[in-house]
Amino acid sequence: MAVKNYILVCGGTACESSKATEIFNALAAEAEAQGVIDDIQIVKTGCFGFCEKGPIVKILPEEAFYVEVVPEDAKEIISESIVKGRMVERLLYIDEEDKKKGDFDIEDIKFYQKQVRIVLRNCGFIDPEKIDEYIAREGYVALEKVLFEMNPDGVINELKESGLRGRGGAGFPTWMKWNFTKGVKNDQKYIVCNADEGDPGAYMDRSTLEGDPHSVLEAMTIAGYAVGANMGVIYIRAEYPLAIERLEIAIKQAREYGLLGKDILGSGFDFDFEIRLGAGAFVCGEETALLRSIEGNRGMPTPKPPFPAVEGLWGKPTVINNVETWANIPMIILKGGEWFRGIGTERSSGTKVFALTGKINNSGLVEVPMGTTLREIVFDIGGGITGGKKFKAVQTGGPSGGVLTADFLDTPIDFDELTAVGSMMGSGGMIVMDEDDCMIDVVKFYQEFCVDESCGKCAPCRIGTRKLYDILSKISKGKGTHQDLENMETIGNAMKKAALCGLGQTAPNPILSTMKYFRNEYLEHIDDKVCKAGKCKDLVKFEIDPDKCIGCTVCARKCPVNCISGERKQPHFIDQDQCVKCGECYAACKFGAITKS
Amino acid sequence: MAKMTLEELRKLRENKKIELDKRDTEGKSIHIIIGMGTCGIAAGAKESLDAFLEEIDKHNIDNVTVKQTGCMGLCYVEPTVEVKVPGMPDTIYGNVDGATAREIITEHVLAGKLVDKHIFDRPAKDIVKE
Ligand SMILES: Cc1cc2nc3c(=O)[nH]c(=O)nc-3n(C[C@H](O)[C@H](O)[C@H](O)COP(=O)(O)O)c2cc1C
Ligand code: SF4
Ligand code: SF4
Ligand code: SF4
Ligand code: FES
Ligand code: FES
Repeated sequence: MAVKNYILVCGGTACESSKATEIFNALAAEAEAQGVIDDIQIVKTGCFGFCEKGPIVKILPEEAFYVEVVPEDAKEIISESIVKGRMVERLLYIDEEDKKKGDFDIEDIKFYQKQVRIVLRNCGFIDPEKIDEYIAREGYVALEKVLFEMNPDGVINELKESGLRGRGGAGFPTWMKWNFTKGVKNDQKYIVCNADEGDPGAYMDRSTLEGDPHSVLEAMTIAGYAVGANMGVIYIRAEYPLAIERLEIAIKQAREYGLLGKDILGSGFDFDFEIRLGAGAFVCGEETALLRSIEGNRGMPTPKPPFPAVEGLWGKPTVINNVETWANIPMIILKGGEWFRGIGTERSSGTKVFALTGKINNSGLVEVPMGTTLREIVFDIGGGITGGKKFKAVQTGGPSGGVLTADFLDTPIDFDELTAVGSMMGSGGMIVMDEDDCMIDVVKFYQEFCVDESCGKCAPCRIGTRKLYDILSKISKGKGTHQDLENMETIGNAMKKAALCGLGQTAPNPILSTMKYFRNEYLEHIDDKVCKAGKCKDLVKFEIDPDKCIGCTVCARKCPVNCISGERKQPHFIDQDQCVKCGECYAACKFGAITKS
Repeated sequence: MAKMTLEELRKLRENKKIELDKRDTEGKSIHIIIGMGTCGIAAGAKESLDAFLEEIDKHNIDNVTVKQTGCMGLCYVEPTVEVKVPGMPDTIYGNVDGATAREIITEHVLAGKLVDKHIFDRPAKDIVKE
């Protein structure tokens, strides 16, 4: 018997905790009672990314999207939606804005979406290894338009109109770079794609290249036309074999179709590509180091000016942009700069892709309009904190960025807002932290990363990152002083001014930002010698409460260094001198007898 | 395919668009689209792919195409798979291991029933704000 309707009940963590199971059962019971049980199928789903308005129930194929459903609504949902085929209007989600306007139409109420896909428009929809599928979704229409209907200035103007700013971290207006390069007279110019993506926790660029390589190729070809370059170079880390393979396939297919190579589509314009593999040093993502690396030299930054736009690869004028920046461009040409400007905030137009990770229920790639708040990203799209724990902070910008605390949950996220509060957009890594994360531990991780990745060319960074790391280690061992905090500030500020490249200039950011927003946590480590999150091992102490311990011996068997003693059914005891603070016992005790302090 | 002229490219695009539309509306065939990004593969997308192919073979279903795509953004429930069957809503499944893949064929494709606990509605519909 064919099923007529499908009822999807959200079984995501947030909805589940607000009675999704009861709703599910109530719907099943009502369907039975009203005799339609055989016409429908009720299933539980994962999070819809709209937890704020949960529990969610969705009816297919009508796409009725019901929010804030309670078990008592089951009767009406079955009798109206299923039996009579009408929507239960009071349960439908209505966008606040539409409500204000008062002119919404039931037909128009679609599943409200916080995400807008421009960069990821094709990711997850097309087969990235088939150029035909890209072409079918308006692929290479922008290139046609540029080659046959626009002149180079027109292209740059469209970009200017769009307000697009570089997504590689710094947020520099893209049109300006292009305009610089266009303005320099030279018979050889280059277009470079920065696909180095070295920020730990970031994988937006990898996914874009894996899911939609042609969008980047098309954009770079357009840039070639606009600035007068005939050669594109994609610098990608060797650790991304799948992305490299898909790029190679894409280039080959585009060449076969005449969308690359000589006389593209009979326009007289030539453009072609080369792929260069990077060995994965973080500093090679810095544009001057990247260019030196392509030239076959060691990947070390060189002073700016000269800027790459004027004197870049092999000393020739070079436009260098980030993968995500590129992926926006075909859409801007297609739909116009004004359209793009209409998305996002006044000074940061368009969207941003974030790689949402950490203590979050729905980790993944999200693309949201600039100006979306952290709250919407973390609690709606991200489904909230795992295990129902308390939100503590979000780290953005990786080793160059800072933290945003709960106070900033409603801050609209764009380039300038993040900089204003001492963090950074960075490339788009977004790590969510809960009460179990220790800020000292987190920044120590980033600082260690910077020590490893510093190329050593300039002293402020080479020595500064090491000093900062040493001080952090001291603090995490409970041996820090107030003077250390002052010293970190002095060193950090000096590095910001004196380091040669962005790596050293931004390396102190995580420390400076946490010292500002989590000063107490530093003081707890220094004055009280405690790490409340229990991450700084030297400050943690595991103890067994003799009143709670029933002597099950589980912990003693788990302890890797055998430092727990005690008879069966008698309270156990930890020998603190031998304990290596691994926490195994703490995790193993089922009676809550072991305390962590 | 030889190099194209502008006219040929436009023609190809029109044809491909019609082809895509056709498979959505006329819907003679069933499509299974597997997220095969690095993370999908790491999470076992290849195993699911094999399971799909085996199961399809086993039941002699001949109107199914299995293809790959990139990241669907649902990285926490990889491997992810989109299933399009005529007359049924397009569905995205997450955590599709080999066993779930087989279930999708027997339940969703053959019996017209959704597979419980594995559905993940797409976080963003195919919307580019217009
Ligand atoms: C240490 C360091 C690492 C960087 N890594 C990257 C990277 O991995 N990818 C990237 O696109 N830009 C990276 N950048 C920024 C580039 O220098 C440059 O600003 C960017 O490629 C310009 O492109 P956009 O204008 O499109 O953002 C890095 C900068 C620094 C200082
Ligand atoms: S700041 Fe650091 S990475 Fe940059 S040039 Fe100086 S030493 Fe090298
Ligand atoms: S923390 Fe580890 S080493 Fe210390 S007592 Fe527990 S199990 Fe043994
Ligand atoms: S696991 Fe807990 S209850 Fe069992 S012996 Fe250890 S402390 Fe006692
Ligand atoms: S858990 Fe239901 S919408 Fe997120
Ligand atoms: S990369 Fe696979 S779903 Fe994100």
